[in-house]
Amino acid sequence: MDLKTLTYIVVGLTFAIYIGIALWTRAASTGEFYVAGGGVHPIVNGMATGADWMSAASFISMAGLIAFLGYGGSVYLMGWTGGYVLLAMLLAPYLRKYGKFTVPEFIGDRYYSKTARLVAVVCLIFISFTYVAGQMRGVGIVFSRFMEVEILTGLIVGMSIVFVYAVLGGMKGVTYTQVAQYVVLILAYTVPAVFIAVQLTGNPLPQLAFGSKLSDGSGYMLDRLNQVVTDLGFAAYTAGNKSTIDVFAITCALMVGTAGLPHVIVRFFTVPKVRDARSSAGWALVFIALLYTVAPAVGAMARFNLTTTVQTGVVGSPEGNLSYEQRPDWMKRWETTGLLKFQDLNGDGRIQYYNDKNKAFAEKAASFGWKGSELKVDNDIMVLANPEIAKLPNWVIALVAAGGIAAALSTAAGLLLVISSSISHDLLKGTLTPDMSEKAELMAGRIAAAVAILIAGYLGYNPPGFVAQVVAFAFGLAASSLFPVIIMGIFSKTINREGAIAGMLTGLFFTFGYILYFKGIFITPMADNIPANWLFGISPEGIGTVGMVLNFAVAFAVSKVTAPPPREVQELIEHIRLPYGAGTAQSH
Amino acid sequence: MSDNKPSGRMDANAVDYWRASIRLIFICLAIWFVCSYGFGILFVDALNTIQIGGFKLGFWFAQNGSIYVFLALIFFYASRMNVIDREHGVHED
Repeated sequence: MDLKTLTYIVVGLTFAIYIGIALWTRAASTGEFYVAGGGVHPIVNGMATGADWMSAASFISMAGLIAFLGYGGSVYLMGWTGGYVLLAMLLAPYLRKYGKFTVPEFIGDRYYSKTARLVAVVCLIFISFTYVAGQMRGVGIVFSRFMEVEILTGLIVGMSIVFVYAVLGGMKGVTYTQVAQYVVLILAYTVPAVFIAVQLTGNPLPQLAFGSKLSDGSGYMLDRLNQVVTDLGFAAYTAGNKSTIDVFAITCALMVGTAGLPHVIVRFFTVPKVRDARSSAGWALVFIALLYTVAPAVGAMARFNLTTTVQTGVVGSPEGNLSYEQRPDWMKRWETTGLLKFQDLNGDGRIQYYNDKNKAFAEKAASFGWKGSELKVDNDIMVLANPEIAKLPNWVIALVAAGGIAAALSTAAGLLLVISSSISHDLLKGTLTPDMSEKAELMAGRIAAAVAILIAGYLGYNPPGFVAQVVAFAFGLAASSLFPVIIMGIFSKTINREGAIAGMLTGLFFTFGYILYFKGIFITPMADNIPANWLFGISPEGIGTVGMVLNFAVAFAVSKVTAPPPREVQELIEHIRLPYGAGTAQSH
Repeated sequence: MSDNKPSGRMDANAVDYWRASIRLIFICLAIWFVCSYGFGILFVDALNTIQIGGFKLGFWFAQNGSIYVFLALIFFYASRMNVIDREHGVHED
């Protein structure tokens, strides 16, 4: 059976499962629509959280980023897992005890202010749409490469599937579909990694394989990798090319941003008890770690395979480089997508791939007759091309396609749900039309989800040029706006309405402004995005950390000079700190 | 940032419970910080002089080790909190 047919069968089968689950788990009440009725087992919730959290970025892009950044890629590994420690200890149990439906609702109640709730809704919608656009782009890439259809067709199919289970099933449908999607995506990620690990080192555990000796007897894999890449003028794989303070700030912004992302927080509203919220965060991290501990191995092995495929012999010898005519099939296939490009700059019919930005090495390369690096490889193809590079059977390639789609759809559904619930619950029910019935609210939630899907599809088809840049926004804004006010809402009784609103707005505008200044989203950047221009040497990716500190400081200072929170708010805080008496999540 | 001034309804037991929770969180987050920001970032060069198998130790903490520590921490925290809940009689059901 050829690859295309097989891919259609595997992907079609997974779609059938998702829709079957959706029909089986229709939501009947707002409680089921927003928080799955509050009765999800902590391990099931952990698995759903894993699928919710691991997006197209985790599945498709991260290992590729690590492959090219080496040690520098650690910011994603630590940043996107360490936040779960914060979630488990500082947020999840207390928000579960509070027992309502949305993050803005908590902020509105704790700070006794509709303004605070609305500011939170704005942050939430901006963060979530940024994310959704990225997921839809992921769906488009997978469809166009593996199923050879137009991106538009792929998007419509993907949107229809999400429509069925998010609009009908709400949080209940999304939760159980995400469990199925987790299984698909983790198999798709780990199976090729195990195969490649065995091929390179003979050790089937990828986590150990990249610290093992190579099967060809040339020593430890990472030592060999360091040598192979430095021979071509790149930085050593295990050393970084970012400053320590920047690595620190980016890791912190990603961790805190993770803990402040509304679609992640809301997952912990679905478990039955406070103690389940704590352990469920642990289970979520177990399922996430299965992918995240494999990713650095995939990155290192992919970099090694790619480099040694192109640089077949001694650096500088005329026969040392792969001849373009003899390039492997996977290169030909990816060339047609435009994500892999070859340009024969010196006209010798061979592929030279090296670091031509390294001046010292570029001079040496010129003496070999090299005229610049001739291969451009997009980060995003490393995971998707991996099974082809390792010459794995077609069913593995089909599985990877299904895994990429599962990762993108599961995250998109989770995001669409928080968007729709913040519109129907916080904006309509909570602010504009408080006397609407539960039935009307449920209908409003469904309509909001449907509209959000259409907007997301549009963004996926016409990706604004800045999709990649706004990812920094999403984390920076979550870290600098939502996270601090939630934490202070639980751990301090003195932070008041004025302090929280001032803090949120300070964090928001500072972070937004800084990223705008260097990245220029709607305007041209006002300064070059280089370390010399950065505040304290912190890049826009890490600036959310500074925004967070400012948020805390401003909220604290303003609260000192204004009236303390009223008595019933102090009692609410005391109430959420104690576990007993948490009912299932309920409406008011 | 937390103040422990009881506002009437909060009894001595609840204050005690809250102190115990904060102490546990503080210990866990200290370990969290040392293993990720410490071993993986601030002292990575020093730790990289130690090699275990094919891994430089600092690099391993940054790319794999810290994640295992995070996992152990959350489960340790969750089980310790269950004990603290019971000791103070504030557990569910």
